[in-house]
Amino acid sequence: MIQLQHLCKTFQTADGTIDALQDINLTIEDGDIFGIIGMSGAGKSTLVRCINMLERPTSGKVIVGDDDMTALSPAELRQKRRSITMIFQQFNLLMQRNCLKNVCFPMELEGMGQKEAKKKAKALLELVGLPDKALAYPAQLSGGQQQRVAIARALATNPQVLLCDEATSALDPNTTHAILELIRDINKKLGITVVVITHQMSVVEEICNRVAILDEGHVVEQGDVAAVFSNPQSDAAKKLVFPNGEETVLPPQQNEARLRILFNGSQTADQPLIATMAAQHGILATILGASTHAFHQQAFGEMLIGVPMQQKQQALDFLHSVDGITVEEVPQNV
Amino acid sequence: MFEKLFTPEALQEALQVIKTQIPLAIWETVYVTVLSTAFAIVLGLPLGVLLVVGEKNGVLPLPKGLMHVLNVVINLLRSVPFLILMIMVFPLTRLIVGTTVGTVASIVPLVIAAFPFVARLVEGSLREVNPNIIEAAQSMGATPMQIICKVMIPESVPSLISNATIAITTILGYSAMSGIIGGGGLGKIAINYGYYRYKFLIMLIAVVLLIVLVQIFQSVGTKIAVRSDKRLK
Repeated sequence: MIQLQHLCKTFQTADGTIDALQDINLTIEDGDIFGIIGMSGAGKSTLVRCINMLERPTSGKVIVGDDDMTALSPAELRQKRRSITMIFQQFNLLMQRNCLKNVCFPMELEGMGQKEAKKKAKALLELVGLPDKALAYPAQLSGGQQQRVAIARALATNPQVLLCDEATSALDPNTTHAILELIRDINKKLGITVVVITHQMSVVEEICNRVAILDEGHVVEQGDVAAVFSNPQSDAAKKLVFPNGEETVLPPQQNEARLRILFNGSQTADQPLIATMAAQHGILATILGASTHAFHQQAFGEMLIGVPMQQKQQALDFLHSVDGITVEEVPQNV
Repeated sequence: MFEKLFTPEALQEALQVIKTQIPLAIWETVYVTVLSTAFAIVLGLPLGVLLVVGEKNGVLPLPKGLMHVLNVVINLLRSVPFLILMIMVFPLTRLIVGTTVGTVASIVPLVIAAFPFVARLVEGSLREVNPNIIEAAQSMGATPMQIICKVMIPESVPSLISNATIAITTILGYSAMSGIIGGGGLGKIAINYGYYRYKFLIMLIAVVLLIVLVQIFQSVGTKIAVRSDKRLK
């Protein structure tokens, strides 16, 4: 479990002080994929860097497992950092080492024998899907492949927590999707808690189960992804969920219930969901807004529909029965 | 000055010098240069590392006063002209080598002149290392020493080799100057024959040989640097 308690970070600059983080309180449970989302300058990177003390908080506590990170000695901190590894936007691989040696690097730091380290590194490269790139140098790889090597490297010390600092921001959408899938796999297979920093809604939608929205150094909203995104309360959250402004959505009609459908990789990309609802159940839904995309026959994204109030329950029942989508009612007072 | 360059007597004498003195002079120049560069690197590399890691935001911050002293000493040594420096370090040369003249004795002033230069070159190379990579290593729990030995130096090897090439060619030039105070090598021949005895042909030959040596060092160094750089496909 990661707990941030009353975390503050202030930077001193020539132009005065900047309050990057103000009284942050967050709890990240073991096994979570926790998203921290915000516009650039919101303090996301500072926040994640406070978790492994790359940035020292000005005040407040960071508790990871049983340890208060702020109270560790330098040697204890180095030890602890082996269980809280990190991947970066720019991958940050050692450019003069080949992939295998890059993955070996954290094990080398621990003092593990070369043979053993190489064996484990090979297994990790296999896990991230790059068994044939062991002897290639990072400059010879694509961005996505470099990030895979970085993930293998981050797993080398058997961490409990993986911090992803804008890990997919430098990648194209397809590669982003593949990397996110890998991260989700790792979370499931190895039970590693993942903290994802991003400015992309789609990233949080795709892999996170919980989310915190950061705005100007404050956590303005947090909770389950579906709950926060289906009913954003704060201005910052609304801006993220409706990047073009909420007014683009029609004002609620009388006698209309609004449902938000979230596609989490469902197999419905080739199935006419709305048409099925109309043809088989006689529910006449209005599509109020949709932002969906498909990868490998799977649908991702969300859709906002309006259904007549008296058919609401029927619609909910039908949608609940479809695999891979989440549905919830949007309160009328939005 | 050059009108009587190719008289039969001059050619005769030049041939004689080429046969009897030039081979040894080339050897002396090469070994003084290589040895001085090696010693200069032994002193300059750690010093250059300290200049980078010891900074306020470096991986191993050192007391501000110490950093200040290091910088002042380096700037001081760098600002004394080599000709004067050679004379100023006579006492040190005598202490280490036992004499102040001769080929071996010229190594001492060369090292003293070159190591602050090397330190600055190393400093430049290490500053080129991507700070994000250093931070990544910190996030994995690397000690300052591990960061220096396993990240900063290996990552800047191509740049360090290029700079070592610059150092060796510069030291080659200095070593020729040490001919003035009795250092051996091509510099001595150029000065003795060209400056003291007006045998310009022999001076020219010595200079051409120096140019050839610089070319060889430079092209070999560049080739090694490029080949060692894994960032290039």
